[in-house]
Amino acid sequence: MAKIVAGIGSSHVPNVGPAYDAKKFDEPDWKPLFDGYRPVKQWLKEQIKPESVIVVYNDHGSDFALDRVPTFAIGVSDEYEQADEGHGLRPLPLVKGDPELSWFLAKELIYDEFDITICQEMKLDHGLMVPLPLLFSHQPDWDVKVIPLVVNVIQHPLPTARRCFKLGQAIRKAVEAFPKNTRIAIVGTGGMSHQLHGERFGHIDSKFDELWLTLIETEPEKLANMSHIEIMKNAGAEAVELIMWLVMRGAMAPAVKKTHVNYYAPMTTGMGLIAIVDL
Amino acid sequence: MSEDNRKGAEGETDATNAPQMSDWGIPGTYVFDHSRSRVGYALNKLAHSLTDKRNRELFRADEDTYMAKYKLTDIQRDAIHRRDWLRLIKDCGGNIYYVYKIGAAVGDGLYQMGSQMRGESFEDFLKTRNARGAR
Repeated sequence: MAKIVAGIGSSHVPNVGPAYDAKKFDEPDWKPLFDGYRPVKQWLKEQIKPESVIVVYNDHGSDFALDRVPTFAIGVSDEYEQADEGHGLRPLPLVKGDPELSWFLAKELIYDEFDITICQEMKLDHGLMVPLPLLFSHQPDWDVKVIPLVVNVIQHPLPTARRCFKLGQAIRKAVEAFPKNTRIAIVGTGGMSHQLHGERFGHIDSKFDELWLTLIETEPEKLANMSHIEIMKNAGAEAVELIMWLVMRGAMAPAVKKTHVNYYAPMTTGMGLIAIVDL
Repeated sequence: MSEDNRKGAEGETDATNAPQMSDWGIPGTYVFDHSRSRVGYALNKLAHSLTDKRNRELFRADEDTYMAKYKLTDIQRDAIHRRDWLRLIKDCGGNIYYVYKIGAAVGDGLYQMGSQMRGESFEDFLKTRNARGAR
C-alpha cells in the first residue's frame, strides 16, 4: 500500500523563481529564505525519499482563465509544461507526472464524493514551479514525479477551509488504497500573509503567520474553522491561499511532529516553510 | 462555519440590474467575487491573452487595435491607457493576477504596481519593507 511519508507547507512567492535561477542563495536579503529550504531538500532526498509528490497549489490566471473555474482540479498527464506568466519560461526541465497515481486518486476522490475536475493538459505556474526546485532536485532531471492539484483561491466563492481539510483526509484514504508501495509526499503551497492589490497592498501580519505555523502542526482543527473573511482581514486578501495548507494537513495523521520550520518576510509576503511527519 | 464564509459578500445586483461591486468591509481591499468577475470578464480575458508572447508583441505594438478585439468599456480602456492599476482593480473588475499580466507586458512589475495602488513612490514603498533586496 502507498504511504504519505511527509507533509510540507510552503509559500510560493513568484519572485523567488528568478532569484533561484540566478543562484542568489547567499545574497544577504535572500539568504534567510534559501537557508530554510536547503536542509528540507536534503532531508527529503536522503531520508524521506518520496517517489511522487502531490502539490496543492493555485493557478494565477496563467493556464486557467475565468471562462471555467474548477474548485478542485487534478492533473493526470505524463508530463507538464510551465505556464508563461508574462515573462517567458524558467530554465527547468519538463515536470514528470504520475498518471497512474493521478487517475487512481481522481477515481477514489470522486467515489468518495469529492468531484474533482480531471485535466489531461495543464501548464504549471509559479504556484507549483517556485516550491518544486526548492524541495526537489532537477539536475539533470527531476528526482520525483508530480501530481498537480489545483484549488480555486482566486474567484470567490472559494472552497471553505474545512472542505480543504476534508479533501486532504480523502486524499490520505485514497493513497492508502493505492495498490503499490509508493512513497508519497504532499505539499500545500501559498501564503502566508500578503495582500497584492488595493491601497492595502503590502499588508503583512507576521504574528498571524507564526500562529498559523504553530497551529498547522498542533491544532489544525482551529485553522479549518477559520472563515475566508477572518483570514483576509488579519493576513491580507491573498493570504486566503493558506487554506491549501489544510489539504496537506488533512492528508497527515491527526498527531504529527514538525521536523523543520522557517519564516522570513522581506518584501510583501510572509514566506513560511514547515515540514511534518506522522507521529 | 459555512455561514461565516457566506457572510463575506455584502451587496448584490441593485434594482436597475446594474451590477454593484460588493464590499467585504476590509479597507483598501476589493475581494474578487461574482460582482467583480462579471464586470471584469472581458478585461481579465484580455489580460490572460497576454500569457502568449505573440499577443504581448501585438499589444505593445498597438494597444488600441488589440483592445478593440475585446469588449472593454471606455473606462477600462482609459484605465489601461493610463496604467491606472488601482482603478482597474477597484472600479473595473480587474483581478490582480490578471491585471499583473498587463503590467508585465508594458514593463511595470508587481511592486511598481503596488506602490502606485498605495499612493506612494516606488522608493517610498521600498522604505516600508524589511529587506528590499529580496525582489
